[in-house]
Amino acid sequence: MTRLLRAALLVAAITTIPLARATAQDTLQQAIRIGLRYDPNTKPGVLVLRIPGVTGDSLRAILQRDFDNGDRINVVAADETGFPDAPIAGKNGNYPLYAKLGAVAILQATPTASGLHVAVHDVAQQKIARVKDFAIDGTPNSRQWRMSVHNVSDELEAWVTGVHGIAATRVAYVQGVRNGRLYVIDSDGAFPTPVGDDSGAMSPAWHPKGTHIAYSVVGSHGCCQIDILDLASGAARRIEAVGGGLNSTPVFAPDGEVIVYTHGEESGTDLFATTAFERGPARRITVGRGSDNTSPTFSPDGRRLAFTSGRLGHPEIYISDADGTNPQPLTYSVGDQNYRSNPDWSPDGRLVAYQSQQTDGSFQLNTISLRDRSVKQLTSDGSNEDASWAPDSRHIIFSSTRTGSKQLFVIDSESGRWRQLTRNGGVRLPAWSPPLTR
Amino acid sequence: MHRASRAVSLSVIALVALGACKKKPEVAPAPVEQPASAPQPAPPPPAPAQPTCDAACVEARNNAAKGEAIRAATAALTATIYFDLDRSDITDDSRAKLDAKVPVLSQNTAVRIRIAGHTDSRGSDEYNLALGQRRAAAAKRYLTDRGIDGSRIEIVSFGEERPTCTDESEGCWSRNRRDEFEITGGQITAVQTSSR
Repeated sequence: MTRLLRAALLVAAITTIPLARATAQDTLQQAIRIGLRYDPNTKPGVLVLRIPGVTGDSLRAILQRDFDNGDRINVVAADETGFPDAPIAGKNGNYPLYAKLGAVAILQATPTASGLHVAVHDVAQQKIARVKDFAIDGTPNSRQWRMSVHNVSDELEAWVTGVHGIAATRVAYVQGVRNGRLYVIDSDGAFPTPVGDDSGAMSPAWHPKGTHIAYSVVGSHGCCQIDILDLASGAARRIEAVGGGLNSTPVFAPDGEVIVYTHGEESGTDLFATTAFERGPARRITVGRGSDNTSPTFSPDGRRLAFTSGRLGHPEIYISDADGTNPQPLTYSVGDQNYRSNPDWSPDGRLVAYQSQQTDGSFQLNTISLRDRSVKQLTSDGSNEDASWAPDSRHIIFSSTRTGSKQLFVIDSESGRWRQLTRNGGVRLPAWSPPLTR
Repeated sequence: MHRASRAVSLSVIALVALGACKKKPEVAPAPVEQPASAPQPAPPPPAPAQPTCDAACVEARNNAAKGEAIRAATAALTATIYFDLDRSDITDDSRAKLDAKVPVLSQNTAVRIRIAGHTDSRGSDEYNLALGQRRAAAAKRYLTDRGIDGSRIEIVSFGEERPTCTDESEGCWSRNRRDEFEITGGQITAVQTSSR
């Protein structure tokens, strides 16, 4: 029995030797998938080997931080002084050492003329499971360069866990409580960058392709008009079809062609729709009969909307068909808590995140399941508002007073682990971008 | 009590108007200012005695009185009204203030106004824009229900974006839950002593 096992291992070792020697070559079949079964409750350990070259330390730090921020991978820390060499299979191979460190995968990256050559070793199988050459654009440590590296992180995360990472994304938000400016920041907190020229910007929303941001602009005579900013050119265009008066909280439909927004008149504040890029008429969606209806969010299939409505005298989350028919309450009053608002539908369609006011006046973030209406409270520290889902339907960006002035934070809705994204106070209304590929 | 205080304030207005005239009143109740009426603000320094008020003097005096009345009407028309938390109902206090705006608007049909609704900092930033809109609409409806042409009244909302104060206390919150009134066109010319 044991003899048989040993023999089998020997055979395995022998067959993998040539593969392991060819550490960073493209001769391996791309189709080989890393043989890990991802379990959301356990995070596979991944060790990122030291990367040679002048940008090696930066590259390694970004990859490790991206994996850590993704909350699906346990970044294995190696003893940096006695750092082990690249794994070698065979009788005197060092794979078992990596296994002892808790790594199930080893990531070996080598800079090339055009980017990065990456090999992922499967520690259990003692062999390279997959290799790929990634292009890295831009000068080292520039915004573009870092986004290229984030793209590498996200694909590697998919290799290991089966789920694409969220590092190559950005967050749009408003800096300043009065006369706010629109900003965009990388998912890891790098490069907070003002975009657009408008003072008084509110409620940014991303185009599904990540190319444009729609937002409202508070004017000197009141709220608001709706602008669409082209991120490539930096030019903003006003949507004339909305007319005068209150126009706020625009969102793109999943097709990217239609925007739904809030329009207020004397007779009430309702949701309307119009075309985003071509001149078209505005068409009413909700019929609130004098109540306030605002903050729409689309289901990922574009067939339904969730929004805040005060039609029962206090704000609650409602769901309707995309044309406004069949409105139904999604949330209900619980005890003294009769204020729920700002819904955001998760990209996988399962949950709606929203904020619920507590008896002490603070807001806390909840999610509600569309399947069984079960509610989960995500936050309890400070006041937490403006939830926006990451593309992985797991992480949420939000504004919080937990450290004093309003800052943006990211929370992992599975584990509750959170991190601070911004360092400049007085920020609010974040919106997480779709995946941004170069 | 109410009537008495109104009489006092009327006499203050009269004194101010007379002061502007810089002449002695013909039919003043007392030739010299009475320090006895302590609660009154200090009147303007006594002008040298003049025997009569000629036509120019009368006109100036009337103009001054009218100017003061216009200022008072403007103040009434632009007086801010306040709301309860998360509400857009017109409170009793606000009702009195809105009632005082009605005659000013009905007597000055060229005057146009903008009502801007505001909220306190609690609540959702986005929902508060709608709440501010509802507050502005409530005041407009109150005025149009009393015969004011709705086309003269524009309504806007600032939500919680333009606070008058920023500390987190009820004292500040209550001052931010408001409708502000701004004259956007026309001038107040006609002023009647209304029986308010």
